[in-house]
Amino acid sequence: MRAPGSLARRRGFRKRINWPAMGLMAPWFLGFGVFFLYPLLANVYISLTRYDLITPAKFIGLDNWRFLFQDDALLTGIGNSAWILLIGVPVKIAFAFLVALMISRVKRGSGILRTVFYLPYLMPLVAASLGFVVLLNPSAGPVNTVLSHLGVDGPLWFDDPGWAKPSLLLLDTWMVGNLMVIFLAAVLDVPQQLYEAAEIDGAGRFGKLWHVTLPAIRPVLVFAGVTACIDALQYFTQAYVVATSLSGGATNGAESLGYPNDSTLFFPVLLYKQGFRYFNMGYASVLALLLFAVSFCIAFVMLRRASRWS
Amino acid sequence: MSTLAPTRRRAAGPQPPRPGLDRQVVRRRRQQFLETVAERAFVIALAFLVLVPFVLIALTALMSNSQTLSASLWPETFQWHNFVEVFERIPLARYAGNTLLYAVLGTLGTLLSSVPAAYAMAKLEWRGRHVWLLMTVGVMMLPPQVTLVPLFSMWASVDLVGTLVPLVAPLFFGHAFSIFLLRQFFLTVPQEYLEAARLDGCSELRTLVRVVLPMTKPALAAVAVFQFTFCWNDFLGPLLYVGNNESAWTLPVGLTQFRGSYQVEWNLTMAASLLAALPVVILFFFAQKSFVKGITLTGVKG
Repeated sequence: MRAPGSLARRRGFRKRINWPAMGLMAPWFLGFGVFFLYPLLANVYISLTRYDLITPAKFIGLDNWRFLFQDDALLTGIGNSAWILLIGVPVKIAFAFLVALMISRVKRGSGILRTVFYLPYLMPLVAASLGFVVLLNPSAGPVNTVLSHLGVDGPLWFDDPGWAKPSLLLLDTWMVGNLMVIFLAAVLDVPQQLYEAAEIDGAGRFGKLWHVTLPAIRPVLVFAGVTACIDALQYFTQAYVVATSLSGGATNGAESLGYPNDSTLFFPVLLYKQGFRYFNMGYASVLALLLFAVSFCIAFVMLRRASRWS
Repeated sequence: MSTLAPTRRRAAGPQPPRPGLDRQVVRRRRQQFLETVAERAFVIALAFLVLVPFVLIALTALMSNSQTLSASLWPETFQWHNFVEVFERIPLARYAGNTLLYAVLGTLGTLLSSVPAAYAMAKLEWRGRHVWLLMTVGVMMLPPQVTLVPLFSMWASVDLVGTLVPLVAPLFFGHAFSIFLLRQFFLTVPQEYLEAARLDGCSELRTLVRVVLPMTKPALAAVAVFQFTFCWNDFLGPLLYVGNNESAWTLPVGLTQFRGSYQVEWNLTMAASLLAALPVVILFFFAQKSFVKGITLTGVKG
């Protein structure tokens, strides 16, 4: 991928600043500084203050950080986010991969199948979440109506603290089209000769999947895994929409977030609640810095790979 | 680029057993054939299952409000006027206008700012280029919540909360994911074209505009449809910055506030949800190639 005209030969000249390149990069230099680096550092300062956006920030030392150890909601938020990360992400990836694998074997009509599985991803997340609230309505929703015709007593779905996260996962799995298209392209890119060679070696269907397909698409799996984890860490919209639309009239009260029983109080929801419902900006900054630390570790996997490019 | 379309042929299916062929082979082929049929049936059934929510949402959108609370699947009467009524009950047209403004300006800003940066990272040699690539990928990977509090306070201090400016303005200063995606595309442009342009005395900007961009139109289309879709569907940003100013609400924010005096009117909510999804779905059918190309490039080469 490297441009010809090797770096080594030009190294001596590269001390000089490449002004055209700097000019082209200027907007992004500025954007990176103002909309990313500055807020990241400002978090550190705000986390040491009491700040509600209206009255000026007041320095209070480590009080916000100490509050971490007294905040019961914090553990709930971490636990809920861990559920999405450890159960939701593998389920989504496995489902997307299996669908991609099946579509890749279809000879005619695979384009239509791909479109069908991709379609839910285009739905605005808010609209899809509201749709699932209707579909999974415990008493009048179509899903439970069909289940009761089959003699099954459907669960309370979003209204049951034990079922709320699996119900969200159902919605996320429905919207997994993006990953599926990535996997499909990767699977179709595996050279056919590898399969033929494996066949000669006596590999069966599963052997070919395990020894040919999976190793060949490993980079794509890593990318998809990292992306899905990062998505899991910023899990917000679905949880917000479902909780506020089901918890009745008190839509704009902070208490509706996490409904039912804080079972959908994911870490980003907690951050939003502290920052933009209670206006505890200092504590919200503490949470933001924690989120940064965790997502940096996950992004690091990707960065290590990226450092081998160029 | 033919690999993008799922067209691989595979020798499957039954072939008439030739005389003298081992019986075992015939049995094995038959089993393979049955497996293939079972798998096809399964994936097709799954595809129908994926379409079911759309159908049920549409059916709910056509019911009367009282029927949405009953356990029936089929509308008693098809209330097509629900799709008209939503425009009367909430300012759906205004929400759509705001969303369109956000999406169009956001896409424009993203292209204007990300194309030059991506080109500099892919094709020019300068000190720190590698570090900036890593930082760009880093920004792309971080949740937006990390920078939320200071940014909100910043926009509040210049009194722009309640407008679309905090959503659109940052996109005019580079969008990490788009820069990354475009860089991947620009890498595929052969260096010889650039050298030729430079020999002709073109400036870098001119080379970019006259030589590189015409060759990478599909990339620009992919980034544009991505960004448009993202802005159109975005919720967190609009909720935060225009949530308190109804006149600037976008569709996703408007949808969550759709309720009568006492309860949510689900038939109208579903009708409005479908209408909100429509533009992006139409865009997808017109620009399907760009979507797929963009998605696969992020994943495959990323």
